[in-house]
Amino acid sequence: MSAPVPLALTVNGVEVARAVAPRTTLADFLRLDLELTGTHTGCEMGACGACLVMMDGVPVHSCLVLAVQAEGAVIETVEGLSERGAIAELQQAFHQRNALQCGFCTPGVLVNAHALLEHGGVPTREDIRDALSGNYCRCTGYEAIVDAIETTARLRAGAEGQP
Amino acid sequence: MNANSFDSSKVTPLGAPVRRKEDRRFITGKGRYTDDLARPGQTHAYFLRSPYAHARIRGIDTAAAAAMPGVVAILTGHDLAADGIRGLICGWMIHSKDGSPMKAGYHPALAKDKVRYVGDHVAVVIGETLNAAKDAAAAIAVDYEVLPAAADLGSAQAAGAAHIHDDAPRNTAFEWELGDKTATEAAFARAAHVTTIDLVNNRLAPNPMEPRAAIGEYDAGDESYTLWTTSQNPHVARLVLSAFVGLAPENKLRVIAPDVGGGFGSKIFIYAEETVCAWASKRVGRPVKWTCDRSEAFLCDAHGRDHITHGELALDGQGKIIGFRVKTTANMGAYLSTFASCVPTYLYATLLSGQYDIPAIYCEVDAVYTNTAPVDAYRGAGRPEATFLVERIVEKAAREIGQDSAEFRRRNFITSFPHQTPVILSYDIGGYAASLDKALELSDYANFPARKAEAARRGKLRGIGLSNYIEACGIAPSAAVGSLGAGVGLWESAEVRVNPTGNVEVLTGSHSHGQGHETTFAQLVSARLGIPIDHVTIVHGDTDKVQFGMGTYGSRSGAVGMSAISKALDKVEAKAKKIAAHILEASEGDIEFKDGHFTVSGTDRSLAFAAVALNAYVAHKFPTSEIEPGLKEGAFYDPVNFTFPAGCHICELEVDPETGTTEIIKWVAVDDFGAIINPMIVEGQVHGGIAQGVGQALLEGVRYDAEGQLLTGSYMDYTMPRAGDLPSFVVGMTETRCPSNPLGIKGCGEAGAIAAPPAVINALTDALGTEDIPMPATPATLWKIAQGQIARRAAE
Repeated sequence: MSAPVPLALTVNGVEVARAVAPRTTLADFLRLDLELTGTHTGCEMGACGACLVMMDGVPVHSCLVLAVQAEGAVIETVEGLSERGAIAELQQAFHQRNALQCGFCTPGVLVNAHALLEHGGVPTREDIRDALSGNYCRCTGYEAIVDAIETTARLRAGAEGQP
Repeated sequence: MNANSFDSSKVTPLGAPVRRKEDRRFITGKGRYTDDLARPGQTHAYFLRSPYAHARIRGIDTAAAAAMPGVVAILTGHDLAADGIRGLICGWMIHSKDGSPMKAGYHPALAKDKVRYVGDHVAVVIGETLNAAKDAAAAIAVDYEVLPAAADLGSAQAAGAAHIHDDAPRNTAFEWELGDKTATEAAFARAAHVTTIDLVNNRLAPNPMEPRAAIGEYDAGDESYTLWTTSQNPHVARLVLSAFVGLAPENKLRVIAPDVGGGFGSKIFIYAEETVCAWASKRVGRPVKWTCDRSEAFLCDAHGRDHITHGELALDGQGKIIGFRVKTTANMGAYLSTFASCVPTYLYATLLSGQYDIPAIYCEVDAVYTNTAPVDAYRGAGRPEATFLVERIVEKAAREIGQDSAEFRRRNFITSFPHQTPVILSYDIGGYAASLDKALELSDYANFPARKAEAARRGKLRGIGLSNYIEACGIAPSAAVGSLGAGVGLWESAEVRVNPTGNVEVLTGSHSHGQGHETTFAQLVSARLGIPIDHVTIVHGDTDKVQFGMGTYGSRSGAVGMSAISKALDKVEAKAKKIAAHILEASEGDIEFKDGHFTVSGTDRSLAFAAVALNAYVAHKFPTSEIEPGLKEGAFYDPVNFTFPAGCHICELEVDPETGTTEIIKWVAVDDFGAIINPMIVEGQVHGGIAQGVGQALLEGVRYDAEGQLLTGSYMDYTMPRAGDLPSFVVGMTETRCPSNPLGIKGCGEAGAIAAPPAVINALTDALGTEDIPMPATPATLWKIAQGQIARRAAE
C-alpha cells in the first residue's frame, strides 16, 4: 500500500515524472520532491490557504490533494506564476501597498488573488474580502491585501479600456 | 518585475514610506524559512506526546517501534538525562510577598517520570522519513498511570486539587505584590464611589502562520552543533542552550534563525523540540529535522493571556481616580516557560496606572500551575491584560457616575512629564489629550448618539468604545530590569561594516520576522551616511555572523536595536572624519559630514563617503600609528528608560440581536509612537495589532475541558479573524518625541493588540447596555445576551 506509484504531471510548464508514496500530499510533493518551497503548509487541513496552487486553472489547497490525484494535471505554483509574469501586477501592488509582512501566507494569497482576477472585472472590496475567506494572514489585518488586489483589478480593467 | 520599485538608488530620508527590500523574495516564493531547508543526510523527528493532561509514566516500551522499517533511533527522557542535558529554564526570577523565590517546577525537554499537559513530550522518534517516524511512534507503548488533572485556573489552587509539581504547594509558582497597600487602602477608605469589575482575559494561541521548525546538525569533526530554528532571538537561544540546558559551549553552538514567518512572542522561547533536535543530531550522527504541524502548535506553542482578575477603582466626589486595587490569578500552564514569570508581574502590574494620574495602586498576582500548555508572552505580553482591565474599569466607572467616558478619561489624564507612577515606571513623555482629541474628531464622536438612534430604527444595537492604552517598550535599562529579576540584560548590539567601495553591512542583534527591519534599519543607515539604500544590507539571525544580541520582542527593535545602529554610525562618522581630515589636509574639527560628503568647513574641498571608505582600507594617506586602517565600528546600546507608546483607539460597531453577529463599522487608531522612521511599516504594524486584538475580543479563545483535553486544537475550533471579519482602519498619529533614545522612537509593534480588546468590549457593553460581556464575544454569546434582554423587556 505504501509502495511508490508512478506520477506524471505538468508543473510550472515542465513535464514531471516521479514515483511517489501514495500518501504524499501535493504540497509535500512540490516542496520536497520538486524543491518548490514557495508553496507553504500552515495547517494541513485546508483552512489557512498558505498552500494554494493552481491545478488545471483552479486554486486548490495542495495540502488536501494527494500527489497521485494530480496525475495528468497542470499545476502552477507561485514560482511558475511569477516566472511567466502572470502575477507581475499583483506582486507590484503588494509591494507598493505593503500587503505582506512575514511573507509566509503571501504565496497562497497571491495564487488566490490571481484566480479571483482571472474572472475579469473589478470586484468590490466586499467581494475581495469574501474571496480571501480561505486565506489566513496573521500579520497585516488584510486591509493592505484588499487594497493591493483592488488596485490590480482597476489597473487591468483600465488597461483593457473598461471603466 | 521590479520588486524594489522605490528608487533604491537614492538616499532614503527618515520618515519616508520606503518600500520594503525584503518583499522581492517573499512575493516570488523565494523566502527561505527553516522548513524550506534540507541538510544532506537529514533524518526526521516526530514527537510522541502525552494524550493525558496529568499522568505518571510507569514505562515506555519502544522495542516494537524500534524494529520498524526506517527507524533511526527512539530517544526518551532517560537518554536525555544520561547525556547530562538539563531542564528548560524560566529566565526571570520573581519573589513572592514572603520573600521566597518562585517555585519553578523542573521542565525536562522529554518527560521522564510524569507528564503534565496534553502534548507534553514523551519520546522522539528519528526516522529516515517523517512517515516512518510517525508510524513508529504509533507503535510505542507507554504505560501511564493517569492522575486527576488540575486544568481549570479558577480551582487549581483549591485544597484537593491535583498536585502538579512537588515543590509548588497549592500549584502556586508565586504570590507577588506591587504597590503601596496601605496608601491604597486609605484611598478606598475616603472614596466617594468605588467601581468594581471581574474580568477574564481569555487564553489565546499566538498562531504565527509559519509553524515552528528546527534542524539540528552535529559536526563530529570539530565537535560543534548548528541549529536552524524559528527564533525571534537566536543568541538568547544559544545562551540558554549552552549555559543552562548544557547542550554545548557557546563557541561550539551556532544558532541560525533564517526567514521566520511571524512570531508574536511565541518564537522567543526555548522549547523542547528545538533542544531535542540539536541534541539528537549528535546521538544519531546525522542532521535531525522537525517541523511542527498546526495541531501540535495548538498543543505545545506557549499560549498567551489567561488571567482572572478582580479590580476596584476608588473615585473622589469630583470623579477623580484616587486608588486602584487589583487581584489577578495568572495561568502559567504546566511549566514556567522562558519568560513566563515576568509577563503577569513586571509587564502587567507596572502598567496599571494607564494614562491616568492615580496616586495609589496595589496589585496582587498569584501565578498558578495548571495541567495545560505553558503560558508566556504573546503580542503585548502583560500590557494588553493591564490595558483591558484599566480601560474596562475606567469606562464602567464613568458610566456609573454618569460622566461622558471621554471626559472622565481626560480629567484623569497625566498631563505633566516625567511622571512617576506608584507602580515603578516613570513615564518620560506623552500627550494623551492630543491623541484623544484627534481620535474623537476622526470618529465623529460628537454625533454618535444620532448614529445609535438611526441604527436602532434598523433594529441594530450600535455602540462606541474608547481605549486609551499605554505600553512600556524597550525594557531597560539593564541594571534596572536585573534588579527586578531579569536573568539577562536588555540592551542591543550593532556592528556597521563599511566595505572599501563604500557600501555597508549592518549586523544587528535584532531579528526580523515580518517587521521589515531590512528596510527600516537600512533606511536609517542610508539617511545617516548619505548613501543609497541599496548600498546597505542588514544581517541578522545568525550567531556566527552577529556576535551577540537580544532579539526582537516587546516592540524593542526600533527604540533599542536602531539606537545601537545609530551609536555605531556615530563612531563610523567620527573615524571617517579623522581619515578625511588627513586626506583633505585640514584639522579634524573643521570637517563637516553632510549629505554623504566630508567637507572642510567654509571651503569647497570635500570627499564622498565612498572615497573615505576606500582610503580607510588603502591606508596610504593617514598615519596608521594614530588611526587604524579599516572602517568598522560596533556598539552596545543600553537605554536609559523604557519607552511609553500610547494613544486612543475608538471602535464603533453594530450588533444584530437576531443573529448575535458584530459588525465593526469604523475603527479609529490614533497612536503616539514618537519619531517614525517608516510610516508605511508602522501603519502595517498597527493594522496587524488591531486584527489580533479584535480576534481576542470577538473570536479567539483556547479551551480545555475539565480533564485538560484541548478542545480548540485546530482551525476548525479556534477562530482567527479573516478578511471579512475586519474593517478598514482609520489611522492617525500624534507625536511626542521620545527623550530616552537618540532617535526619539517609542515602538509600535504591540499597540494595536493592546488597544483593541477594551475598545471592542467597551463598544459592545455600550451597544447592549450591560457590563457583563466576556471575551471572545462570539455571536452565540451576544445572541444569548440580546435575546435575554428582549425576553426581559417583554416580561416587563
